[in-house]
Amino acid sequence: MTEIVQPDAAQAHDAHAHHADHGEQSFWSKYVFPTDHKMIAMQYMFTGMAMALIGGFMVYAFRMQLAFPGIEVPMYGMVTAAKYNALVTNHGTIMIFWVAMPVLIAAFGNFLIPLMIGCDDMVFPRVNRLSYQIFLLSAVVLVASFFVEGGGFGGGWTAYPPLSAKAEYSLTGLGSSLWLVAVALEFVAFLLGGINFVTTAMNARAPGMKMFDIPIVVWMIVIASILFMASVGPLIAGAVMLFMDQNIGTAFFDPDKGGDPILWQHLFWFFGHPEVYVVLLPAMGISAEIICTFARKQLFAYRTFLYTTFGTGVLSFTVWAHHQFIAGIDPRMAHIFTITTLLISIPIAEMIFIYIATLYGGSIRLTTPMLWALAFVAEFMIGGVTGIFLGASGADIYFHDTYFVLAHFHYTFFPIAIIGAFAGFTFWFPKMFGKMMNETLGKIHFWGTIIPFNCIFIPLFVLGAAGQHRRVYSYENFPDLAIPHFQDMRVFATIALLIMLGFQLVFFYNCFISWRKKEMDAGNNPWRSTTLEWVAESPPPHGNFPELPHCYRGPYEYGNPDREEDYFPQNLPA
Amino acid sequence: MRPIANTRSAAGIPTGRLAIWWVVGSEIVIFGGLLASYVLHRLGNPEWAGYAAHTNVWLGGTNTFVLLTSSLSAVLAHKAAEEGDGKKAAKLLYFTCLGAAAFVCIKGYEWTTEIKAGFTITSNTFWSFYYTAAGLHALHVIAGGIIMLIVAESAKRNEELHRVEVIGIYWHFVDIVWIFLFPLLYIAK
Amino acid sequence: MSEHAEHADHHEVNYVKIWLILLGLLVVSIAGPFLEIQVVTLVTAFGIAIIKAYLVAKNFMHLNTEPRYAVYMLLTMLMFVLLFFAGVAPDVMKHEGQNWVKPRVAVVEAPVHH
Repeated sequence: MTEIVQPDAAQAHDAHAHHADHGEQSFWSKYVFPTDHKMIAMQYMFTGMAMALIGGFMVYAFRMQLAFPGIEVPMYGMVTAAKYNALVTNHGTIMIFWVAMPVLIAAFGNFLIPLMIGCDDMVFPRVNRLSYQIFLLSAVVLVASFFVEGGGFGGGWTAYPPLSAKAEYSLTGLGSSLWLVAVALEFVAFLLGGINFVTTAMNARAPGMKMFDIPIVVWMIVIASILFMASVGPLIAGAVMLFMDQNIGTAFFDPDKGGDPILWQHLFWFFGHPEVYVVLLPAMGISAEIICTFARKQLFAYRTFLYTTFGTGVLSFTVWAHHQFIAGIDPRMAHIFTITTLLISIPIAEMIFIYIATLYGGSIRLTTPMLWALAFVAEFMIGGVTGIFLGASGADIYFHDTYFVLAHFHYTFFPIAIIGAFAGFTFWFPKMFGKMMNETLGKIHFWGTIIPFNCIFIPLFVLGAAGQHRRVYSYENFPDLAIPHFQDMRVFATIALLIMLGFQLVFFYNCFISWRKKEMDAGNNPWRSTTLEWVAESPPPHGNFPELPHCYRGPYEYGNPDREEDYFPQNLPA
Repeated sequence: MRPIANTRSAAGIPTGRLAIWWVVGSEIVIFGGLLASYVLHRLGNPEWAGYAAHTNVWLGGTNTFVLLTSSLSAVLAHKAAEEGDGKKAAKLLYFTCLGAAAFVCIKGYEWTTEIKAGFTITSNTFWSFYYTAAGLHALHVIAGGIIMLIVAESAKRNEELHRVEVIGIYWHFVDIVWIFLFPLLYIAK
Repeated sequence: MSEHAEHADHHEVNYVKIWLILLGLLVVSIAGPFLEIQVVTLVTAFGIAIIKAYLVAKNFMHLNTEPRYAVYMLLTMLMFVLLFFAGVAPDVMKHEGQNWVKPRVAVVEAPVHH
């Protein structure tokens, strides 16, 4: 199907001369306005991490309020009802749009795609730079929204009108509009970035790299970008409409004037549901790479995995209204969406089975990245099965808007955004910086994150099943929920959170001392992995490969009996 | 400043063209979402026909003529670029830009008369959709016009001629959106 | 480059002829409503829009010579729009259902002449 254009020797030589010009780059063009995909990846990574600190601080503040209601939170102050709403809203918004997406898609996508497909940069380096700049602007606008009069938007990350549309209800006129502008800018940044990723992966592959030789993580990031592109359109339209409702006095979503607030819900969730797969797919891809490397085994069923992902992607567009079961939608639509929602659990379960089958019989090494990847699979499974309760519209009548939902989506989002990110970061840190991270500190950080994580959210399942509703700043006035048994659980969860946050210091310490090491002890391929990024130096120079590689085989050739080595890199001739 | 990545074409078409198809794809869902929302309301509110009666089908029709003609000049520019005639391609692109400018001017006149008659964006939801949909489209017209000027600048020096086709594809898409906006806003009354 | 051979096919299409057809269709679609038959208006307005879009896509955008996956991708995006419409219509288009009504809001239109 595809004809592959071979870059001829003359071109490669030109590349040498061309890159020689890039030898001396100023501080500004190398670090502040780079077009090199690896540096842009670092920009996205560190911006995402900084936003994670902000989002994490917000959790600290509102969980302290829930555990010790009415008591001033150290380093924050009093969490009033309005502040609580703003904290939970912006926590959710930040974690999805300014942590999960930039780290999993933009940072790892930017860093890995050109390296793994064997080319020298993205196809549009300047558009790449522009996409980061727009993204940075969006982050600035969002943070600015916290400091304007009225404070940050507090209508939930879902921003349902009329609460989000009318300043007299939300009490955050300017904050709501800034929030919306920030989200819209973030969408534009990721549309631009996504087009770059998809075009690069489709067109710029190394000679010899056919479609099924592409590493799974590249496929996942590309498919995620396509899902994003296909789903965000209606919400962009909706955001324009909501902005106008907020600021010009239109009535797109105002029922008093002929508008329909349910339209917003549909516009939002038509995007919102595929969005969770947009972030899930890269995390699954990262785990696949790690599991294959540290089980010394090829992915159990590469093509099945891929086709299943395509199917999941398509199906993800047919389930959205399960977020709206009790919003007043037509019950016949609720039936349909229940069926599709339950159906979509099947391909995801299949992908989990493929991971397990890959591990079976493998020669497993429990390095830090491997621990994170395995934790991703296990914890995500818990999240996934609890989604089944919620997908059944009858059960959802009870569960909707309770902490059961919240615990479900944290058992999915936390593995995706946090565990997946740590897995990728610890795995590719040697490639990015040329140095190995400390394994002992890595394992301490791992257990210090995973155990508290479960201690935070299992109680929340129990509280949710007992009827505790979301987005409520204090349960003191709910007699059935204010009983000591339940309040103890809230305190327990909050203390677990504090412990988990404390252990992140171990991670930062590990990063710092590893980065500061004098000796570049990683070498090109410390994990003895097969994919092309491990051919380049650590860290790769501008242009990635002095001689662009050729691809001779699939991405997971481990355990070949005819070879002395237990792995067969993609770039070595037969 | 073109990396080798940019010159490869494993998918069988040049990189610029591949990218613009993805841009068009994402724009289909953006406009599609907005227009679907409009159609949902319009079908559910037959009385909107009364509001829609006030749109000016002659001005709308003229704008359709302008865009169709500018699409012609855009594809003729592509033909000229393929034949290597950068100067001719640039001239045709300038003519297309003229079409974009004419479109915006006619729309400006049209909106001015409508606003003067009291039909503003907040008059009712029909008019909100009318101005939003046509406005979003007009923004795309303006953006397309600006990019065409930039492409024409290089083209007249016979540089980057492949970009003529790429911006042409975007322009044809903008034309197609209007081809559907026209009956939705002006004819269905 | 093989692409030149591909593109040579494009010139078989007379772009001006296509443009004249498009203009003719435009005239028909404007004339349609004057017959005051609703079905005719709908057919001329939207049927012709679809034909015009097809002509522009095929002849001006050269989708007939592009690799097939481009067409499939664009049609898939269109399909998602239709899916969105189908999923939302029961809620937004209807004005009453089981135990609920969505009353029509009469907006007083008061044109202000300056």
